[in-house]
Amino acid sequence: MTYLAKPKIHHPSLAKNSLGYTRRDYEGAISTLCAGCGHDSISAAIIQAFYELDIPPHRVAKLSGIGCSSKTPTYFLGNSHGFNSVHGRMPSVLTGAALANRDLVYLGVSGDGDSASIGLGQFAHVMRRGVNMVYIVENNGVYGLTKGQFSATADRGSKSKRGAVNRDEPIDLATLAITLGATFVARSFSGDKDQLIPLIKAAVAHHGAAFIDVLSPCVAFNNHPGSTKSYDYVREHNESVNFLDFISPREEITTEYAPGEVRSVVLHDGGTVRLHKVGRHYDPSDRAAALAYLETHRAAGEILTGLIYLHPESSDMHDALETIEAPLNALTDAELVPGNAALAGVNASLR
Amino acid sequence: MRTDVRPDVRVNDFVVKFANVNGSGSASANGLFARAILRMGVPVAARNIFPSNIQGLPTWYEVRVSGDGWRGRRGGVDLMVAMNPQTWDKDVAEIEPGGWLFYDSTKPLPASRFRDDVTVLGMPLTAICNATYTDARQRQLFKNVIYLGALSALLDIAPEEIDRLFGEQYKGKEALIDSNRKAFAMGREHAQQAFDCPLPIRVARSDRVGERIFIDGNSAAALGAVYGGATVAAWYPLTPSSSLAESFQAYCRKFRTDPVSGKKRYAIIQAEDELASIGMVIGAAWNGARAFTATSGPGVSLMQEFLGLAYFAEIPAVLFNVQRGSPSTGMPTRTQQADLLSCAYASHGDTKHVLLLPEDPTETFAMGAQAFDLADRLQTPVFVMLDLDIGMQDWVTDPFEWDDAKRLDRGKVMSAAELEAGRDFGRYLDVDGDGIPYRTYPGTHPSKGGYFTRGTSKDRYARYTEEGPAYVDNMQRLLRKFETAKSLVPAPVITKAAKPTRSGVIWFGSSGAAMGESLVALELEGIHLDRMRLRGFPFCDAVHDFIAAHDHVFVVEQNRDAQMKSLIVNECGIDPARLVSILHYDGTPITARFVIREIAEKARLFNVTPLRRSGAA
Repeated sequence: MTYLAKPKIHHPSLAKNSLGYTRRDYEGAISTLCAGCGHDSISAAIIQAFYELDIPPHRVAKLSGIGCSSKTPTYFLGNSHGFNSVHGRMPSVLTGAALANRDLVYLGVSGDGDSASIGLGQFAHVMRRGVNMVYIVENNGVYGLTKGQFSATADRGSKSKRGAVNRDEPIDLATLAITLGATFVARSFSGDKDQLIPLIKAAVAHHGAAFIDVLSPCVAFNNHPGSTKSYDYVREHNESVNFLDFISPREEITTEYAPGEVRSVVLHDGGTVRLHKVGRHYDPSDRAAALAYLETHRAAGEILTGLIYLHPESSDMHDALETIEAPLNALTDAELVPGNAALAGVNASLR
Repeated sequence: MRTDVRPDVRVNDFVVKFANVNGSGSASANGLFARAILRMGVPVAARNIFPSNIQGLPTWYEVRVSGDGWRGRRGGVDLMVAMNPQTWDKDVAEIEPGGWLFYDSTKPLPASRFRDDVTVLGMPLTAICNATYTDARQRQLFKNVIYLGALSALLDIAPEEIDRLFGEQYKGKEALIDSNRKAFAMGREHAQQAFDCPLPIRVARSDRVGERIFIDGNSAAALGAVYGGATVAAWYPLTPSSSLAESFQAYCRKFRTDPVSGKKRYAIIQAEDELASIGMVIGAAWNGARAFTATSGPGVSLMQEFLGLAYFAEIPAVLFNVQRGSPSTGMPTRTQQADLLSCAYASHGDTKHVLLLPEDPTETFAMGAQAFDLADRLQTPVFVMLDLDIGMQDWVTDPFEWDDAKRLDRGKVMSAAELEAGRDFGRYLDVDGDGIPYRTYPGTHPSKGGYFTRGTSKDRYARYTEEGPAYVDNMQRLLRKFETAKSLVPAPVITKAAKPTRSGVIWFGSSGAAMGESLVALELEGIHLDRMRLRGFPFCDAVHDFIAAHDHVFVVEQNRDAQMKSLIVNECGIDPARLVSILHYDGTPITARFVIREIAEKARLFNVTPLRRSGAA
């Protein structure tokens, strides 16, 4: 698919992060998606976020299912191991990977078909289990690779490119994620990188299941009047609950804000999310209020974006399982195999 | 009722069957019965025959006492302990002529409910319990212990062995030991007064058990997984495999708890379904952990898509398939060997998978550990094919052994140092000519060895391609890898008959329990057969050669469609006419009586001339 190789030579004056990597080191192969696809903007935001977070690219595992969105891990973090698994089943593969080595950063990329239709069950259970991961759904309301069928996130009454009207209720993955126990839930728009990049950074820093529903218009099949996932529609109906900065533990917080204007939340790794309130008071740590707020805006025909829910004291699957700190895939024979003397004891107990 | 039909005294060679209601607490007493006989040095073959239900339905426990150590079901019952009115008629009908019927005689039954050729041993168990205990649960539970006491007198089972077992079972609960002892003594004394003890069928101390242990195959598989270095288990509850995952948990708690932190050197996830369990196994193995799932036929059906991915993307995975009665929901609590083809060729497209075929818990332990080495070495799914009979029944089996010098074989994994030294890494590059490429674990090296794993076709360097030649190149390499597997899976065990013969017999898995005995009996009938016990798939050349060296080869298996025969015909290019199927698939474990009858009959049809006739078995 990648028919053009990217030149590997970097411009000597390219800026480097604290690890000495340039932004180019976080890129992947050239995208083969349609020109103008929202997914490419999300890939760019992922590249920028990991570059700014100073995470060594090879310490990230990127996993996906099947579909346009699931192809994108080829287009970022080229030195990371990637896994393009089975349609709708990225969550289980990622869960297994996370069980094997808790020391890597896990990024799951999926689409609305992959997560809300065929993979709804696995989406639900990976959130419930609190797998320490960033789960990004690149949500365009349509099946792109199979040419324009409605997905389960398409709004009731929205029109397909050919004029068919969707009669089914949409699944709101952000609402679902909160009810299922995700401890970080956000929504954003592929066209708003100022909002999306800090959200991704905060999600990576978050300890536990972090979910970001990113509206990402499909220019080929779902960018027409009558669609509720088009660039124009999303821009017109985008209601941002907050905008935020993510400050990594190494950075100094320099800007001062008036009291009440900004709310700071310190995350597991010591990083800080600084939430800038927009309009009325909004407390993202209140689960019931977050759900109510989502519902109110949905009823008003608005698309609520921003950091919608953040559990202040989150935990993850390994905490619940009480696994050792060392990655399971690094244990030695001596730590794994009890040996013949122990077996003699087992034998003796069975006579 | 006639009491004059008494066979000769038969020591250490009879079948006792307990007919109970499930949920009545009989399992514990019945288990003590079998273990007490074992403690006397006499082998038993014990089987639970149970419904897919928790309370109220019929359940049976069948104990074959066999001084010769035969492990299969014999067929027929010498002493029926009939504790379930629901199944009375069927249970009474199953007793061999001249056998015995032990029952609760509290409530009188008309003579028509008994048989003339069976000796009836009635004991008013309910009346005794009601007179002794006030608590309803106690009345129920101790009824089982009272009949255990009666049986100890009737069959000459050493009471001190049962007494010792009470002490071990209820260690630290002195009150329970006491009350069990009392109930046991009450039953024993009652029987001694009421009946002519012992019966002609009886137990006598022997030394035929030796070092052997008494354990079920699911526990053995779980222990094998611990020794094989498994750290991740993902499973979905499914009879008859659930106890395998639960047993893994128990062994891990014992052997894999970090002594310093108290934390776990393992992770077990009860997944939301079998798709998720195999997905987790694949994800964990991709990331360098040893991972497995335990399941049965219906679970394997659900895993098909993922198994194709693991085959094509070359990711290790270990699956314990505890086969049950199929198709569909089938007979969840009955045994079969009917998943051979669905596992050997699981998933769409051209796929082939490695199968291991253990015959008992001892081999299940060994193969359970070996499966992880094979999966890592071959970078592919490996199935360990148990069945309900091996998995859920307690077997008298050789003790487990482990060589402390053995190291886990992680297969071809390229290290950061090798990458740094500039070694060429192509994820699907056949460097050694054995079809097995190198892999890297995620996170190994900052700039080398990263690759993209996918279920789509790719070239030798893991780059996506739909070019025909690259696809064919990869598929041919996968075939080479499967050729390599032939030399790595356990070889068949081939044994010559006592006399030269042009006929042979093939079997695998739990059928082995009935085969030794069958072959001895067939030999007495003059039917000599060379033997081959299959232990793995793909088949090595020896399998083809064995068949080619014989005119007719019987293939004994526990399914309707002769799946092993199909696999052999398909993979070895054998003329199907040479293979004669002996098929047993009613859900009960195959018996020696069945095998002897079927082979003797078919041998005549195929003009296998008996070499010697000396008394039928």
